[in-house]
Amino acid sequence: MLEVSGLSVAYETGGSPVRAVQDVSLHVDRGEFLGVVGESGCGKSTMLFAVAQLLSPPARITGGDVTFSGQNLVTMTDKQLSSVRWRNLSVVMQSAMNALNPVTTVGAQFADAMRAHGTKSKAEIRKRSEEVLALVGIDRAHLRSYPHQLSGGMRQRAMIAMALLFTPDLVIMDEPTSALDVVAQRSLMTQIKELQRRLGFAIVFVTHDMSLVSHYSDRLMVMYAGQVAELGPTRKIFTSPLHPYSKGLLDAFPSIRGPRTELAGIPGSPPDLSDIPNGCSFLPRCPVKRDECATTVPALFQSDDTQVRCLLHAPADTEVTRG
Amino acid sequence: MAELIRVEGLTRHFKIGGAMTRSTLHAVDDVSFSIGEREIVALAGESGSGKSTVARLLARVYQPTSGQITFDGKLLARIRSRKDALAYAARAPMVFQDPFSSLHPVFKVSHGVMRALKLHQPELSADERRAEAERVFEVVGLGTDMLDRYPYQLSGGQRQRVGFAQALATKPKLIIADEPVSMLDVSIRIGLLNLMAKLRDDEGVSILYITHDIASARYVADRLLVMYAGQIAEAGPIEDVLSAPRHPYTQLLLSAVPDPKAPPPGEEALAAAAGESGEPPKVIDPVPGCRFRPRCPVAVDTCSSVTPELKLARGREVACHVAQGEQEVKAFS
Repeated sequence: MLEVSGLSVAYETGGSPVRAVQDVSLHVDRGEFLGVVGESGCGKSTMLFAVAQLLSPPARITGGDVTFSGQNLVTMTDKQLSSVRWRNLSVVMQSAMNALNPVTTVGAQFADAMRAHGTKSKAEIRKRSEEVLALVGIDRAHLRSYPHQLSGGMRQRAMIAMALLFTPDLVIMDEPTSALDVVAQRSLMTQIKELQRRLGFAIVFVTHDMSLVSHYSDRLMVMYAGQVAELGPTRKIFTSPLHPYSKGLLDAFPSIRGPRTELAGIPGSPPDLSDIPNGCSFLPRCPVKRDECATTVPALFQSDDTQVRCLLHAPADTEVTRG
Repeated sequence: MAELIRVEGLTRHFKIGGAMTRSTLHAVDDVSFSIGEREIVALAGESGSGKSTVARLLARVYQPTSGQITFDGKLLARIRSRKDALAYAARAPMVFQDPFSSLHPVFKVSHGVMRALKLHQPELSADERRAEAERVFEVVGLGTDMLDRYPYQLSGGQRQRVGFAQALATKPKLIIADEPVSMLDVSIRIGLLNLMAKLRDDEGVSILYITHDIASARYVADRLLVMYAGQIAEAGPIEDVLSAPRHPYTQLLLSAVPDPKAPPPGEEALAAAAGESGEPPKVIDPVPGCRFRPRCPVAVDTCSSVTPELKLARGREVACHVAQGEQEVKAFS
């Protein structure tokens, strides 16, 4: 349903462009839950914004296509885009505190969105607003509430309700739970999953917390330095990660169960995206690096149903090209 | 273990509302605990539970409404002179949550360390100050060349290490660390947690580690205090509490921690989790009774009339009428 191929985004700064997203390809099937994880600055939010065509200068798509239900979003005009956005594809932003307008009621913001997308009848707007609020378990009385009267969890659920106004095929979520406590977080995740089961929309869920999506996503994409490091079935990445970065991320989470062991985390910090070194971008932090990693940019190799960008997993018969 | 700080009946209320709607927010209510020397104590709870208010009370940012804090045998309330206040600030400094706003952007990162040294150890010469700054930077794992960098040249993890270096410069006994790793990326966090353990083991510093992340608390802390709605719900050695939580809230909290190693939850568990929306209570003009009662599946009649006190029951400090009884409590799993 969503097909992203070779997507690259750069921020045009005074000096060398910051290549925030490089050659990202992915697809999302109908009703699927794709998790996207990575550290801050790895390009995951930029990638989402590029998919939804929400980038603003100095960010610019420098290559690639985003095909949604057969239409290429990259080449669409704003007018064409607005007929797709919200109706077929909606976005839930990171911080519900800032994403809702503090000076109007929740109901007014729902109505605003519906009017902007062609629904005129007041009765219809009211009915649909109440329906979507009921979906996320908020009393309809809160349509008259202002955002500050709702708790953090409720605001976040109101945002999700808003994204569902037109029963879209794809909902893109950018860290919707990051401001919430673990209990509220789990509650929201299970509600999202339940809604997905009932309404059948697909989800692209971006988070920095790998353990959060472990039980909810079908497939997982690990991003590093603007590129796909690993992409495959979630359970598989958790049980047997192929990329050293995925493995490092998994090992960086202390657990509340099992023996207390000393962890090392991943030494160093992510590379400067305006000055990416030759070879593998994970090289300076990699515990299993080899000589050729410094000179060869790893391609995305297929290993069963997983894609991984690491020379360790290059098929034996491919000629390693010097770059 | 020698006791370093003792907190007894600590209470802090805030007046809110206007003349007609005057009410009182009970941010911290009757909290008692102690921290030993060379000990890391984790204070965990959801946002709004009063964790940060406790930190600020310990750092003397707020004065308590009632209750007392004893540090190294002396009452904090007795501090009157600027000299005593400075001496206490040097021995119990704070490390803040956000490394991006807690360093002054126009000064080199050595600025904070040098200022602290000048203020608290005026007898040092400029060269000695520089040498001491280099020492604390080494201890927190930053090269001495970092001293002359500006904050924007450092990553989040490095900035937070500067925060610890500043705290360390005053030769502290207790570092009050309010969510020191929550703004950092997971791959960086472990390094900071390891640093905290190192400060305890090598420098003999105690740390009050305030966090909402139980897993990181377990990684580094010796004891755990679980806070709920301004009160301590349960306290004990961290492994004991995590392996057999007694308070229903602790059980709920632990059940909600995502664990990639556990099998995916079944349909029933999902339905139960969705129903528990995790609304933190607002503690405004509270009536007697347990504050967790509205969310508690095992509440009894007493819970709605008598506020449970933190009491030692069967080897664990717990503030729950049911858990203080003979029966094993199993509210959430």
